[in-house]
Amino acid sequence: MAFVFKRNIITIFMAIELMLNAVNLAFVAFARAWNQLDGLVFVFFVIVVAAAEAAVGLAIVITIYQNRHSLNIERVNLLKL
Amino acid sequence: MSLPFILFFVFALISVGGAILLIMAREPIHSALALILVMMSLAGLYLMLGAEFIAAVQIIVYAGAIMVLFVFVIMLLNAGTEERTDWSKIAKYAGLPLGILLLLELAHWMAHSLIGRTPANGAGSANVMVSTRELSMQLFQKYLFPFEATSILILIAILGALVLAKRDE
Repeated sequence: MAFVFKRNIITIFMAIELMLNAVNLAFVAFARAWNQLDGLVFVFFVIVVAAAEAAVGLAIVITIYQNRHSLNIERVNLLKL
Repeated sequence: MSLPFILFFVFALISVGGAILLIMAREPIHSALALILVMMSLAGLYLMLGAEFIAAVQIIVYAGAIMVLFVFVIMLLNAGTEERTDWSKIAKYAGLPLGILLLLELAHWMAHSLIGRTPANGAGSANVMVSTRELSMQLFQKYLFPFEATSILILIAILGALVLAKRDE
């Protein structure tokens, strides 16, 4: 939810991490419920991909801040008609 | 009311409350602290679900590495309070009904498929703990190729972060 009604780009990014965490919790719970190990392996991969995504995403945030001098997502509107 | 049962509700309430705090907080640093709270309680939930390795990785990678990165960027960019916006129309008219629909559907499916069929239904039977040995066997035999592909992905991510954050001279 924060993804659609927050305006700070860092908060939106944290909301993405929160969603990934929710998916991880669902994976672990279902892996436990069906006694399968594959879900846990998948959670491992999700965590790794989230780490990579955080590194690249925060670099993008820094670049946006250097160019726009603002963290407000409304100001990043070059592609808007 | 056994101890794991109570513990489950404590962790679940902390994680849901932390998520709501993350959304409602005005300052990004408060959101970051709430996110750390959520990750800690999720690690507790993983531990109760018998995934000890995943719980450790959750704390080390998420609460350690990723959140340090977040707090570092928040401090670096000096992010103050943000102006409050009205809820966007998409969130109000599409998001809320869809979210409630998803919740109801999940509850419906769980109620019809899970309860009574699985052996490990009761909370906190510690002997069903998945051993890290089994997990790593699975990881390095069946999922060896995705594991190696992940290392390439991390390498690309490092290079991408370096290129993006580099200052133009």
